[in-house]
Amino acid sequence: MIHSLFLVNATGDIFLEKHWKSVVSRSVCDYFFEAQERATEPENIPPVIPTPHHYLISVLRHRIYFVAVIQSEVPPLFVIEFLHRVVDTFQDYFGVCTEAAIKDNVVVVYELLEEMLDNGFPLATESNILKELIKPPTILRTVVNTITGSTNVGEQLPTGQLSVVPWRRTGVKYTNNEAYFDVVEEIDAIIDKSGSTITAEIQGVIDACVKLTGMPDLTLSFMNPRLLDDVSFHPCVRFKRWEAERILSFIPPDGNFRLLSYHVSSQNLVAIPVYVKHNITFREGSSQGRFDLTLGPKQTMGKAVESVLVSSQLPRGVLNTSLNPSQGTYTFDPVTKLLSWDVGKINPQKLPSLKGTMSLQAGASKPDENPTINIQFKIQQLAISGLKVNRLDMYGEKYKPFKGIKYMTKAGKFQVRT
Amino acid sequence: MTAMQKLLQLPVNAVNIVKTVQGVAQGQEEARSPVLTPDSGQQNWYSAVQPEELRHLRTASTTGGGGGEGGGEWGEDRGTLEEGLSSAQTQPLRHDDLKEMLDSNKDSLKLEAMKRIVAMIARGKNASDLFPAVVKNVACKNIEVKKLVYVYLVRYAEEQQDLALLSISTFQRGLKDPNQLIRASALRVLSSIRVTIIVPIMMLAIKEAASDMSPYVRKTAAHAIPKLYSLDPEQKDQLIEVIEKLLADKTTLVAGSVVMAFEEVCPERIDLIHKNYRKLCNLLIDVEEWGQVVIINMLTRYARTQFLNPNINESLLEEGGEKAFYGSDDDDDDDDDDDDEEKKAEAAALAKRKPYVMDPDHRLLLRNTKPLLQSRNAAVVMAVAQLYFHLAPKAEVGVIAKALVRLMRSHSEVQYVVLQNVATMTIKRRGMFEPYLKSFYIRSTDPTQIKILKLEVLTNLANETNISTILREFQTYIKSMDKDFVAATIQAIGRCATNIGEVRDTCLNGLVQLLSNRDELVVAESVVVIKKLLQMQPEQHSDIIKHMAKLTDNIQVPMARASILWLIGEYCEHVPKIAPDVLRKMAKTFTNEEDIVKLQIINLAAKLYLTNSKQTKLLTQYVLNLAKYDQNYDIRDRARFIRQLIVPTDKSGALSKYAKKLFLALKPAPVLESPFKDRDHFQLGSLSHLLNAKAGGYQELPDWPESAPDPSVRNVEVPEWTKCTSRKERKEKKVEKPFYSDSEGESGPTESADSESDSGSGSQSGSEESGSGSESEESEEESESEEEEEEEEDEEEERAKKKKKVDKSKPKKPESAESDQSSGEEQKRIRKGGKDRRSGTESESEDESESESSESESESEEESESDTDIKKKKKTAASKPPPKQTKKESKKETKEMSLLDLDDFEPTPSPQVTPVNSFLSNSLVTDLEGLSLTDTVLAPTTIAPSSSVRLYELLHRITGEGLAVEYCFSRQPFSPDPHMVAVQIQFTNNTTSEAKSLHIEEPKLQSGMRIKEFPEIEVLPAGESVNVVMGIDFCDSTQAANFQLCTHIRKFFVSIQPPVGELMTPAFLTENEFKKEQETLLHGQLMGMNEISEKLTLGEKCQSEHVIVERVTSTANLSRVPCGSDKESRFAGKTVSSGSLVLVTVTRKDGAGALLTVNCEKMVIGTMLVKDILQALTQ
Repeated sequence: MIHSLFLVNATGDIFLEKHWKSVVSRSVCDYFFEAQERATEPENIPPVIPTPHHYLISVLRHRIYFVAVIQSEVPPLFVIEFLHRVVDTFQDYFGVCTEAAIKDNVVVVYELLEEMLDNGFPLATESNILKELIKPPTILRTVVNTITGSTNVGEQLPTGQLSVVPWRRTGVKYTNNEAYFDVVEEIDAIIDKSGSTITAEIQGVIDACVKLTGMPDLTLSFMNPRLLDDVSFHPCVRFKRWEAERILSFIPPDGNFRLLSYHVSSQNLVAIPVYVKHNITFREGSSQGRFDLTLGPKQTMGKAVESVLVSSQLPRGVLNTSLNPSQGTYTFDPVTKLLSWDVGKINPQKLPSLKGTMSLQAGASKPDENPTINIQFKIQQLAISGLKVNRLDMYGEKYKPFKGIKYMTKAGKFQVRT
Repeated sequence: MTAMQKLLQLPVNAVNIVKTVQGVAQGQEEARSPVLTPDSGQQNWYSAVQPEELRHLRTASTTGGGGGEGGGEWGEDRGTLEEGLSSAQTQPLRHDDLKEMLDSNKDSLKLEAMKRIVAMIARGKNASDLFPAVVKNVACKNIEVKKLVYVYLVRYAEEQQDLALLSISTFQRGLKDPNQLIRASALRVLSSIRVTIIVPIMMLAIKEAASDMSPYVRKTAAHAIPKLYSLDPEQKDQLIEVIEKLLADKTTLVAGSVVMAFEEVCPERIDLIHKNYRKLCNLLIDVEEWGQVVIINMLTRYARTQFLNPNINESLLEEGGEKAFYGSDDDDDDDDDDDDEEKKAEAAALAKRKPYVMDPDHRLLLRNTKPLLQSRNAAVVMAVAQLYFHLAPKAEVGVIAKALVRLMRSHSEVQYVVLQNVATMTIKRRGMFEPYLKSFYIRSTDPTQIKILKLEVLTNLANETNISTILREFQTYIKSMDKDFVAATIQAIGRCATNIGEVRDTCLNGLVQLLSNRDELVVAESVVVIKKLLQMQPEQHSDIIKHMAKLTDNIQVPMARASILWLIGEYCEHVPKIAPDVLRKMAKTFTNEEDIVKLQIINLAAKLYLTNSKQTKLLTQYVLNLAKYDQNYDIRDRARFIRQLIVPTDKSGALSKYAKKLFLALKPAPVLESPFKDRDHFQLGSLSHLLNAKAGGYQELPDWPESAPDPSVRNVEVPEWTKCTSRKERKEKKVEKPFYSDSEGESGPTESADSESDSGSGSQSGSEESGSGSESEESEEESESEEEEEEEEDEEEERAKKKKKVDKSKPKKPESAESDQSSGEEQKRIRKGGKDRRSGTESESEDESESESSESESESEEESESDTDIKKKKKTAASKPPPKQTKKESKKETKEMSLLDLDDFEPTPSPQVTPVNSFLSNSLVTDLEGLSLTDTVLAPTTIAPSSSVRLYELLHRITGEGLAVEYCFSRQPFSPDPHMVAVQIQFTNNTTSEAKSLHIEEPKLQSGMRIKEFPEIEVLPAGESVNVVMGIDFCDSTQAANFQLCTHIRKFFVSIQPPVGELMTPAFLTENEFKKEQETLLHGQLMGMNEISEKLTLGEKCQSEHVIVERVTSTANLSRVPCGSDKESRFAGKTVSSGSLVLVTVTRKDGAGALLTVNCEKMVIGTMLVKDILQALTQ
């Protein structure tokens, strides 16, 4: 399985290595650097690179490459999924997963890696078990540790590993018992030139923050569970119950976790909350191009579209732009040719627009490619698929918890072709 | 002192040893430290090392290594190691401060030192010279220090084997600790230290831990196995023993880890899996996600060696699959493996002609993995997807598409791997992903490697219906800024054009338009693709060739120029005027062209010379002359060769007359193939598949076996109850085998899904019921005591043995469609006391079949096959008593139920099918229970509380003032009077007081009808229910029987009206008898009057034979009659009171059409039956 792990930063320095079996020389990463050079973009490095004696499987997160070295056959997704889990754990522990954070907490990182794999095979990846073994560093604890010389390593034995519900600690206590659920939906869409939808799908998640005392047993039911025909669950969800009654029944992990994610496929009709009117033209022979963009709300169920951000990769021929936004601010980077326009909130009475000209290289012919426009937005208090939570009940504990549900719709990979 | 701290306590002598060694080491270090650390003390340990120091370091370490420690080896090791590390990694020299800190008494200092050391290790810096100082801290009391020492130890023990030995005793002590977590962690570190000398100690520790009480320790033992194996492969045999032992473990915690060990140590020992196969399938859902991946991948391989290809017989696929699903889940769990074996043996030979029936174990695997498609872990989803792709019948593979499409939204690395696999899948099973076409549309923000993979998938998915949308989509891609992607798109268009004839012209035109694109790369790519397309049908496209000829002036990309020249040369006859002109132009620029273009110019010249030598002779000579003095020897050679070949000279060889044939031979059009073609011979989802090359340690996915290996190997030993003489013993055995007790406590997330314990309890109760139900039906008289039963069993056994002998010599054939599905169950049933049911003819025929089949050895293969087959069917059908139908149905429901969460399932008060007149002894019931319990272990989903018998209401709770009465037709013979229909009545007292003296009064009956009341129920306590059975002779009419139901205080008027189907009892006929009877009925006194035929359209869910049988038998109490044709289903029965024959035939036509024929003397019954069956089948 996983032999070694190297952490490589954007400049190509190996700043951490960990071996679970015998030591593999870090020179093995040269093959990775070679691939890195060959790939023009960082995300184009193939995730699996064969070398004469090893295979390198890497993921890129937060501008750090996590390069796992393996020696024999293993499902690549197994390694990739594990590496992502490592990153998630780091993020969970340190808030961010940057090179600096890892270097600052190198000992904790090492201890974590030691616990997560045994002989290259995953041992404890559940964050609740890990936190029992190694406490996450907090400022307070760091101060206390320096003064008293105590440590981050848990004094207790990791009994969580033996538990019947390995995802939940025992003996959880809160004074305010609360359970919050966020239904967040992202719309992935491709809109064509004429404004018609080519494909649109919804990627939804229900993230939960549960702070409840003891061992609560929750059930969550939906008004329209039929929408959820393509779901994946946190292991705590009782699958059979869902199959039978379409009710989510689970003993929640403590703290933040992703209860489920679902996918409403392109076969369904998806409402598109914004429209774009655009007119981007380059005239033959002249070194000028017109740029005209107007945004407007559409199918928003009466909710406001907020935090709108428009970005577009303009053709290489564009030297500069002189545009005039009716609201918000815009920037254009002449090197990367990236145009981005921070619109803010869309006011249906006064639609935001961005108009002006682009200057092209003199004498160059007109670029024949059309830029695509990527849009980001947020709509509060709306789940665009129409998913609605019906009720949340708690069993197994006596107290009355505070329950909260929040809906949000966001743009995922929302693209308009021009 | 926390429990963990116990680990720290090093035995005193061990500490002493450490000290002395330390002393030696220190001595050595002291000797060199002045040289190495001129400025002692506070230097930052990670500052860069000067080259000078480096030199010192090398000399020092090599001499030092020779001097101390009694380990010359070690010194050398270190020397070489440091040399290796010298340039990239710096060796911090000032470790004295760290040593001091480690030697101090303060834990905080030690901790600080260890943290620094670990940070060094993390940076890949060498800290090996600190080993002696660190290792003695293995006994430190501070947990974090100790943990960091472990980290250090595991990292460097291999290099410093002798010193590492000092820590061993600590771990050995830890292995004996009462706390399981300490035992586990001690084993973990001990096994991670790669020191060959402790192999025996590790072996011992692993063996001990493998039988530890704690599953967590056993899990750690499983983890330790591959570690030891990689250290010393000699231990393989012993390790396999441990693996075998751990494979039998019933906890979810161990399962994943031990299968991992199995895969690393002995993946070829597939035989170890047999006994654990069903257990693994059933545990799977509760195993942690990483273990799931490993188990699923292993089981895929296993299934490939053990089961038959489900797609052998594609047309009958669904039916076969379903049958196995419902029918024969426990057929090989009981004692008659031999019969079973026989059937399997027969399976292969007949595979081609007989409908395929899926092995129930195969089905079990598919069923239990399916929910995991919902896992949040992409690796698990992929593992299930590949399992379905490699193992599932074609019709069922589709379920994975949705899950895989969902994964595409994940991280780009996941997307990359998934797309690779989807690309392979789409070649084999295009239909599966077609509905998700749009999910593969490309966004400008996708990384190029993802774009190209998506393009591949889109190309594979293209067909006549969707090609227009795909091409429109491609059109947008061509305008992309990403030129690599554009080139790939053009190639994709080319592939679509070759694959789909209809759009070839459109594509070609589109590509020709691209020739005027400004981007040269695009044009070049188009030219290359057009060349390939034109090669398929050059005649029609001389225009395009002309157009391309013009392009030679503009296009500079060598590959494109070469392609154009080749085209013109190849088809110079289509462009006779232009070709020489092109050659003329090329001749002018010859010297400035790239090599591949030059070669094509020569080629063109040669071809033109052969076809049109008048115009081009001089040009050709000129070109050849130029080529003769070219710098490139390939070109010189080519020119010389061609000159000899085409220009006739005196000494031109024999070949020259064939020159034309050589050059202008018809060239086959290139096939544009997907690079993913045939990749599926690698197991999908594997590294080897991704790289399209065999990775180290890859286990080939075996081909399906020709004939299924013996499925009985997967049987877990069943208590041999048949040989037990006393009931008591048997019962004890059952008690002794607590199948779940072990796992119940530990099989972790039983909450999350139904675990074995849940289903266990569920099925237990279910088995109770079904067991008792089936039994009671069959045993008509209790007096037929156990003795007889056992005798019979012995007989049976003997017979089975005989059969086995016969079997060996017999050609193998597949389970004939239906005999398999019910056989196991049947035989079990037959064995269990239901002997009286079996008619004489049946057992005769069985004997006959044996003798016949043994005779048939000498006969031709086919004959014997069909012969035995028919016999077999006869046997099955004949021995099929009516309750079988019910049980089968109940079984089906059970299956469905098992997909639900039994955990949360309130056991619904299901109708008790135990009539009071069942003379079954309680002990027998328990026995049967025991038997089915063992089945349960193997497939816990087979039995659950349910009954398909329909309940009718006799008295509602409200009208009955708290007394609820329901009745059902139990379909058992009413023993006091065989002409009566048995009606089972269930009283439930919902009041708070007792109901007394329940009985029947004043029956008001039609003439001829009779009633046999149930014995009076004296007391029915509050909240209780009771079952009784009464008999009614309905005189073969559906008239209601009216009577009064009395309690001690009240009387209720009630009536029982039977559905027509309940007025009959199954009759057992062979095919011939059936036909004969049918003839008699038809041509009897009133010709034609006794037959009613009706055409019908089968309901959507009712297309398969299996469902039809099920529907008919649930509507009417009939038995199935074997039938040679698989389009026909026949059923026979007799009316209860008059014994008139009822024959039903359902003939399926193409599509959903079918013909229902009922033959019955009693016209009324016939008509009503037709109506009822019609309704059942059209639903």
